[in-house]
Amino acid sequence: MTKIVSRVGSLLLALALLFAMAPALFTTEAKAADETVSINVYNWGQYIADGTDGYMDINAAFTEATGIKVNYMTYDTNESLYTKLKTGGSTYDIIIPSDYMAGRLISEGLVQEIDFSNIPNYSYIDEAYKNTSYDPDNKYSVPYTWGTVGIIYNTKYVDEADIGSWDLLWNEKYSGKILMFDNNRDAFAAAEAKLGYSLNTTDEAALRECAAELQKQKPLVQSYVMDQIFDKMIREEAWIAPYYAGDYLWMLDDNEDLGFYFPEEGFNLYIDCFMIPSSAEHKTEAEAYINFLLDPEVCGQNLEYLGYSAPESEAKNHMDPEVAESEIAYPPEEVLARGESFSYLPPETNQLMDALWLEVKTDGGSSNTTLIIAAVVVVVLIAAVLIFISINKKKKKARRGRSAG
Amino acid sequence: MKNKLLAGPYLLWMVVFTLIPLGIMVYYAFTDSISGGFTLENLARIGTYMPIFLRSMGLAAIASIICLVIGYPVAYCIASVSPSWQKILSMLVMLPMCMSFLLRTLAWVSLLEDTGIINQLLGHLGIGPLPLIRNNGAVILGMVYNYLPYMITPLYTVLMKIDPRLDEAAQDLGCNRMQVFRRVTLPLSVPGIISGITMVFVPAVSTFYISQKLGGTSTVLIGDVIESQFKTAYNPNLGAALSLVLMVMVLICMGIVNHFSSDDEEEGGVITP
Repeated sequence: MTKIVSRVGSLLLALALLFAMAPALFTTEAKAADETVSINVYNWGQYIADGTDGYMDINAAFTEATGIKVNYMTYDTNESLYTKLKTGGSTYDIIIPSDYMAGRLISEGLVQEIDFSNIPNYSYIDEAYKNTSYDPDNKYSVPYTWGTVGIIYNTKYVDEADIGSWDLLWNEKYSGKILMFDNNRDAFAAAEAKLGYSLNTTDEAALRECAAELQKQKPLVQSYVMDQIFDKMIREEAWIAPYYAGDYLWMLDDNEDLGFYFPEEGFNLYIDCFMIPSSAEHKTEAEAYINFLLDPEVCGQNLEYLGYSAPESEAKNHMDPEVAESEIAYPPEEVLARGESFSYLPPETNQLMDALWLEVKTDGGSSNTTLIIAAVVVVVLIAAVLIFISINKKKKKARRGRSAG
Repeated sequence: MKNKLLAGPYLLWMVVFTLIPLGIMVYYAFTDSISGGFTLENLARIGTYMPIFLRSMGLAAIASIICLVIGYPVAYCIASVSPSWQKILSMLVMLPMCMSFLLRTLAWVSLLEDTGIINQLLGHLGIGPLPLIRNNGAVILGMVYNYLPYMITPLYTVLMKIDPRLDEAAQDLGCNRMQVFRRVTLPLSVPGIISGITMVFVPAVSTFYISQKLGGTSTVLIGDVIESQFKTAYNPNLGAALSLVLMVMVLICMGIVNHFSSDDEEEGGVITP
């Protein structure tokens, strides 16, 4: 008996030793052969060429080229990205915020410095997109795309005489057919441009006036949406929507009745950029990913598909010339002069805007009073029925009590 | 002792996933978002959201009543057919639940939209597009459609268990059909009505998906406000305070309703000699 035990024991010991040694023996090969690092990329919805319409599948191509897997996830507003980073719980290696959010993330220390020696393709980026207002020293961000905000409308239903300015979004003729941004910065920008304020105003009175203007618009608005704008505009469920120029080109493929213009009062000019959150676990791989997407050929293909504008002139050589010359993707100088980019606002202004925007969205409409009356009536009815039942019960009880006694 | 041990896993589950989160919520509701100190400011801001609270409760109450009115006859019918039919019918009631709640709501969107299926059909008949979506009616429709099975199931369970001999006895004692229903069946089914209303009202009052998809810009519910506090506005403290108030309001409503049902149990219904 003891023999068997000792034999089994020694066998186990040998096995244990073998397992303990195995990693030391095979480390070098293992690393090269089957180490599958995966990076978490958190990007806007519909914001990368994914292999449809004959374009390259960028994430797949990246995995093929480097062996690094990509977990691709999407969000639909800068604010929800911010909340995700702030609450923690999930780690992302790459995020793609817009300019003003990039500034906020830098100032709150939620992103880390990028090692540009790992991104040789950064040299292709045009000078105009370096040393930006949100990242003056080029430490934390690498531009992905830039673009403009304008108004998309359906030429079948919208009178040509009404277009040209932001007023179209406040035009009662199209009540119920107007969509509006579902994020405070873009929504306020529309009101600010309409009222002639800077898109970066920090003046409280001006912001309150803008909120009142948005409040006025609310009864005409079908819904506050982001990515759903694509679907609603293509199916003609809505006729008018402010949105990003690149997405207009995308929608035009599916509904050729859509038109687009840059409002005369001015509009937002934005840059979306790659950033690496402080909590990222695979920084080097993330930098490899950025480098891959900056490759002029990849960048050209990707942005031709997206319809957004490329921050590197070299990429235009790899695009369909028709796209590269499009006046909507690359507006002429005199149009661009009307554009204004968002800069990072102080926290108090951000908070005020958050609060005002929530007020705009949640303040009751006209149907409020009737509904409250209806609610009260229902509650009173229920109460009456319940009281009636209980009184009946008591009567019965009393009767029974009498008959028993 | 044995019984207590059996409840152990669930107790653990409840402590970890219900009580602790509830504690965290209360903590957030009473703290300041910046300094983290104690404050009543979050709760003080509830006043501004009162109309939305009332609207949510109103819509949920209306939806519960409609569910009861539709669900009671259905449950009564199912309970009165033969057992094999009961199985089939109750399965049919539960069938929509096999599909995702989100998908079912989205399906209503594509039915009701201005360019949706119903309006397209009406368009062929020469009737202009009707405003079927983005109003209170559409939200109530969504609630009724989604939560109706929660009303029918408890009603059916209670009605099925009522001894048919009680019916016969009442008839023998001279009640007509109407009186049998009013004096025997209805009082005995009160527990089913109560749990049905609870199971419809509670999820309906806190929903945000239905109102976002089927409602318009003026049908914002308290669930939407709470969701936006957590998702975009990044003010979890106010969100927690709103949730806390909603919870208390729902508990008060349920308390009132339950008060009447416990009356019944005391009396023991008709069965006591």
